Amino acid sequence: MNKEHNKQVCEKFQSELPDLIGTGQDIYLHPHVQSCELCRALVDDLMTIAAAARQLFPVEEPPDALWEHIEMALKEEEQLPGKG
Amino acid sequence: MERYTTRDINSISLPKLPPDRASRNGSEDDGPAKASTVAEVSAEAAIPESAEGTILALAQSGDHHAFAQLYAQHKRRIYSLCLRMVGNAAEAEDLTQEAFLQLHRKIGTFRGDSAFSTWLHRMAINVVLMRLRKKGLSLISLDEAMEPAPEERPGRSFGAPDLTLTGSIDRLALERAVANLPAGYRLIFVLHDIEGYEHNEIAAMLDCSIGNSKSQLHKARLKLRDALRRSSRQEARR
Repeated sequence: MNKEHNKQVCEKFQSELPDLIGTGQDIYLHPHVQSCELCRALVDDLMTIAAAARQLFPVEEPPDALWEHIEMALKEEEQLPGKG
Repeated sequence: MERYTTRDINSISLPKLPPDRASRNGSEDDGPAKASTVAEVSAEAAIPESAEGTILALAQSGDHHAFAQLYAQHKRRIYSLCLRMVGNAAEAEDLTQEAFLQLHRKIGTFRGDSAFSTWLHRMAINVVLMRLRKKGLSLISLDEAMEPAPEERPGRSFGAPDLTLTGSIDRLALERAVANLPAGYRLIFVLHDIEGYEHNEIAAMLDCSIGNSKSQLHKARLKLRDALRRSSRQEARR
């Protein structure tokens, strides 16, 4: 198989990747992934990124002053006509 | 209205659950990556359903202290969500405030059809999406509106796999790369890969096709791969 043909096969596989990944099937069983080191590396990377993203828990702390702003806004809303 | 200071909020202490009860989409129990006080951590910890139900019922009846407790428990998750979706701290603060104001207005309508955290989370996402719509990001025609300029598109993977991301990815590098994604890619990536929404849910939220959601997610991951590989190369040179 020449290099140009390989590139075309890879291109076709990569264009189908969004759907292939979205099906939930084991993508490593795909014949092209089993035979192409390059696309296997790509799939490895995409899976690693997705797995790492799942570990991104909320770690950002809002500024302390935010609650005070919310309280002020709540107070203003309660003072609007028609509110208790 | 009785007022509570920031210190009051941070000192609200709620019982922790064993780790296996802390769901990914609930309040997190994995501990923060940066330094936090014990009070802050415990205030964010998952609480027993019965206790949460009591706090919720009190907040629904207008109890301000109970509402403050809900804020203390959910603030980090909502703020982090907003920050990741818009990539800007000042705007994330504003959106977090708007989300909790919405919560205050609508808390009486919560009927418990889903978990409270899921309901609040969805409300916050809607607040962010409303803001993005106001700013002109069309969520109707995502194909056009969310497609970055050609120079921002991720490259396809041809040629030698010179550097793969096998193993682990540095969390900070990933956070940075996500923050630098074009807005449309970032939105889909955050909703799917970080927040755990399915493509059909994202398509409904953003009023786009499922295929479009899949395609945008794929492009976002490719873009992140490019960024992370660049980051790894730079690290290796140091």
